[in-house]
Amino acid sequence: MTLFEGLLLAFLIICAISVSVTRNLLESIIIYMGFSLIMSVIWLTLEAPDLAITEAAVGAGVTSLLFFATLKKIHAIKAEDAKQKDEEEKHEK
Amino acid sequence: MKNKGALSRLWSFAEYGSFREEEFTLSPSDERHIDTDTPENRWLTTVQNSERSVGARAASWFSRRGVEIFQRLYRVAAVFICFTLIGVLLAVVAFLPPFGGADNPAVNEVPERYVAGAVEETGATNAVAGMISAYRGFDTLGEAHVLFVAACSVMALLRIDGPARRHGCLPDPEMTGEDMDFEPNSDLILRKAAKILVPLSFIFGLYVILNGTSSPGGGFSGGALMGAGVILNSVAFGFSRTERFFGERVYHIVKTACLTVYALLMAYFIYMGANGIYDHVWLGVPGGIVSGGLILPINIAVGFEVACTMYCFYALFRKGGL
Repeated sequence: MTLFEGLLLAFLIICAISVSVTRNLLESIIIYMGFSLIMSVIWLTLEAPDLAITEAAVGAGVTSLLFFATLKKIHAIKAEDAKQKDEEEKHEK
Repeated sequence: MKNKGALSRLWSFAEYGSFREEEFTLSPSDERHIDTDTPENRWLTTVQNSERSVGARAASWFSRRGVEIFQRLYRVAAVFICFTLIGVLLAVVAFLPPFGGADNPAVNEVPERYVAGAVEETGATNAVAGMISAYRGFDTLGEAHVLFVAACSVMALLRIDGPARRHGCLPDPEMTGEDMDFEPNSDLILRKAAKILVPLSFIFGLYVILNGTSSPGGGFSGGALMGAGVILNSVAFGFSRTERFFGERVYHIVKTACLTVYALLMAYFIYMGANGIYDHVWLGVPGGIVSGGLILPINIAVGFEVACTMYCFYALFRKGGL
């Protein structure tokens, strides 16, 4: 195992622990995106480029987007909602 | 909460899901309110006044402290099981054979057959594509149907039907307050980036699908890339721009057509005995784009199916319809 792979694997472990420890849902999704990105690089080093493409597109892209859409639907992203409300108030004035 | 260390956060994560204390522990004032005139309580007091056995005393003590003890045991057991599982898994990893070793148990006659005969039998220089689409084609058909059923159930759960949606005029977002009707049209950075990335991801997805027989990739990877491109397009430019080329009609036609073509191809494959089928299909030149016999049409069908499913998920989650 080269130093590069060791660094990637260590980063994976750090990501996995911090995802479960983080309180903010938005932060944990972004950490999960980073996890998927590192995972796709690891697939490349394991000589599975097709899996790397799929991991980057599905794991880092589409899954996180679906999570974001769900968070927005259940109004868990507070800052943006507050911003929208402010804009509405400005509009009324 | 913020100045607590990571260990205490882990601790509180472990107790997440256990019972909340205030719901289950009786405060001392509650005991005083017990009505002593009801027949059950009268029986209780007679039992208390008479000679109480050790068992009864233990039972009453347990009924008072039981929930608390259960909570403590729950936390200890949760942490214990967690660390035991981590230890067992790490120990197993230490005994795993090395990656790519020659003496691994995975090296037996099956991969030898695949490596030796894939190019001759399936015409695909990418042995993985030969395995997925030809040797284990029935398995992949099942996976495509899993995607189809998943899309159907998401549609059944999240689709919004109504007169407004049906006639193509959405209700005013200011009126409904639903954030799914706000479209992020104003983000300049996103739009500039999407102008470059959307065509690239489409072309790369098509390349991965068409080259699936001779290079890494195939239907699932290329379809995921194309689906990500469609989603990026609708995130950056809004759903109306996407509906110009990919509306509900196109979705239904493309998706059912792809799945039908795939199922028919696999039905032919199974009807011929799933062995020696390629005597009847021109295999093409190994390494070229048109090679691998049925693998290329299967890859195209799977790719469009996956792309449709990806966009369908996003659109249903975001606005409740295609």
